[in-house]
Amino acid sequence: MHILEKKIREAVEAGRTALVPFVTAGYPEKERFWNVLEELDDSGADVIEIGVPFSDPVADGPVVEGASVKALENGVTLRWIMEGLKERRGRFRAGLVLMGYMNPFLQYGLEKLAAEAQEVGVHGLIVPDVPLDEAVEMRAVLAARGLALISLVGPNTSEERMKRYAEVSEGYVYVVSVMGTTGERNGLPPEVPEVLARAGEVFDLPVALGFGLRSPKQLEALPKDIRPDAAVFGSSLLRHIAEGKAPADFMKAWGAQRRDACR
Amino acid sequence: MKKGYFGDFGGRFVPELLMPPLVELEEAMASILPSEAFRKELADLLTNFAGRETPLTYCPALSRKLGFDLWLKREDLLHTGAHKINNTLGQALLARYMGKTNLIAETGAGQHGVATAAAAARLGMTCTVYMGAEDAERQSANVRRMRLLGADVVAVESGSRTLKDAINAALRAWISLQGSTHYCFGTAAGPYPFPDLVREFQSVIGREARAQMLKNTGSLPDYVVAAVGGGSNAIGMFAPFVPDASVKLIGVEAGGSGEEGCLNSAAINLGRPGVLHGEYTMLLQDDDGQILPSGSISAGLDYPGVGPEHAYLAASGRVKYGVAYDHEALAAFQALCRFEGILPALESSHALAYVLEHSGEFEPGSRVLVNLSGRGDKDMDIVEKALHL
Repeated sequence: MHILEKKIREAVEAGRTALVPFVTAGYPEKERFWNVLEELDDSGADVIEIGVPFSDPVADGPVVEGASVKALENGVTLRWIMEGLKERRGRFRAGLVLMGYMNPFLQYGLEKLAAEAQEVGVHGLIVPDVPLDEAVEMRAVLAARGLALISLVGPNTSEERMKRYAEVSEGYVYVVSVMGTTGERNGLPPEVPEVLARAGEVFDLPVALGFGLRSPKQLEALPKDIRPDAAVFGSSLLRHIAEGKAPADFMKAWGAQRRDACR
Repeated sequence: MKKGYFGDFGGRFVPELLMPPLVELEEAMASILPSEAFRKELADLLTNFAGRETPLTYCPALSRKLGFDLWLKREDLLHTGAHKINNTLGQALLARYMGKTNLIAETGAGQHGVATAAAAARLGMTCTVYMGAEDAERQSANVRRMRLLGADVVAVESGSRTLKDAINAALRAWISLQGSTHYCFGTAAGPYPFPDLVREFQSVIGREARAQMLKNTGSLPDYVVAAVGGGSNAIGMFAPFVPDASVKLIGVEAGGSGEEGCLNSAAINLGRPGVLHGEYTMLLQDDDGQILPSGSISAGLDYPGVGPEHAYLAASGRVKYGVAYDHEALAAFQALCRFEGILPALESSHALAYVLEHSGEFEPGSRVLVNLSGRGDKDMDIVEKALHL
């Protein structure tokens, strides 16, 4: 079982929804970001998605894009992220995933990225502009280093296509809740129960729901049998951080159990 | 070659949520484009609405000066002022056959936006055009034209507030609107099948020009020259000549001011391969893979990437890609006005500039065909300012 799958399964077995915060690297400031990451880890995050900023984030809504712009202004590069993770290797109990667009990864060099990612304790990648058909080589390069390429599916992904994803996917499957880019809303779009049911049927992996989550109440409104194993939150957390509030408070609102700071 | 690829270039690097509409489009191309009903209706629109076929014009004065025969393919005479209408009529009609009722488009200078708005109005469809906020300010006449034609114009404030950000915004919008909406992509770039689709509709330029050259001169041209931004006028002109081994093909990228460290739009000459807007192609980017802002006096060439087929034609050596600078384009603009009585778009002026600046590369007595992709009325303010008129 891939370690990312294991992290989420452990949470589910403990009777809770696994929590997967997303935070853009180097946001809001370079040093503060590392504090945020550590605080999220200490507050009980099961998996943390670290956003790798890109100049043209076509799958993101305004909040994540804004954080990406800010991070680039702060001078954040993939190299800086990898170096920072290396310094903190072994510090995090959550699973770590890099989420970013193809071009920065490609220019870094996929082989080099995979080798270094494994070395610094990253467990997987999410690359929203690399769908199934373009992912073959990347998936193989990552798999050779034990890294999962997390699959994204959405309300318009057919059962047949989900099955093709299921054949090659590891870690967890990321269900995009909304036919649009990331952002927040109060309820959940009407197509969510249907796509969750389909993904739950097709994939043996844990299902994470994301894009547009802001409150645990959104999940409580779903029928129990299709509730996702994990909840991913990005925009709402970034906004919380931008307001100068503690990430721990945000995690608490999602029912996170604080971990002992000592290991 | 791998499906959707030109050699190493092309592909479909898009969010999973955009795969269904791209596959739907690919299937519609296969089933609808070859049908007689579609072909007839498009031919009628191109002839009676857009103004095809466009003339092939000999340039007597410039030919005397240059020592070879200069011919122009007159896409500047088309409705809305440029070759863009070839593509928008084709895509709008295809979209209507697909049952779509709404078009979205990106635009840089506004030419593709105007051509999309005109096609939408003609075919009874609604239309939203995404335009970088900076472009919308500097091309306000085209914003007004689009609005008169019934389109909504959305000024995009994100990123560099130019064409690449308008494409990002349009792709995002397409994710949520895909049921009712076709994304009328403006150049021969983007995720597969757009490079094929746009080439298909723009190839009418090269097909006509090839037949006209044979008819008027009794032989094929020795050289064919076209400006390359995203590359739609160039691929439309080149594609029918690619199999003609005797015809030398020259694409001309915009070099910007040419000063050390200044912005340019020459992705093939000065870029490296990477992924942007759904395709693997030549890109202006920094060492970390962040896309660099582009620059050119010609808004229509101002783009940090290039269509994947051009990247392939450059790599294979079939097409040579040169560079023309802002001041050279301005000189060519003036030359065509003064010597031939034609006011060219600054985009097309780059193609002409290459011929004028590098006239020694062309065999004396040869036949040189330049794609005059658009007219220059839209560029009056920019030209007057640059030339201090």
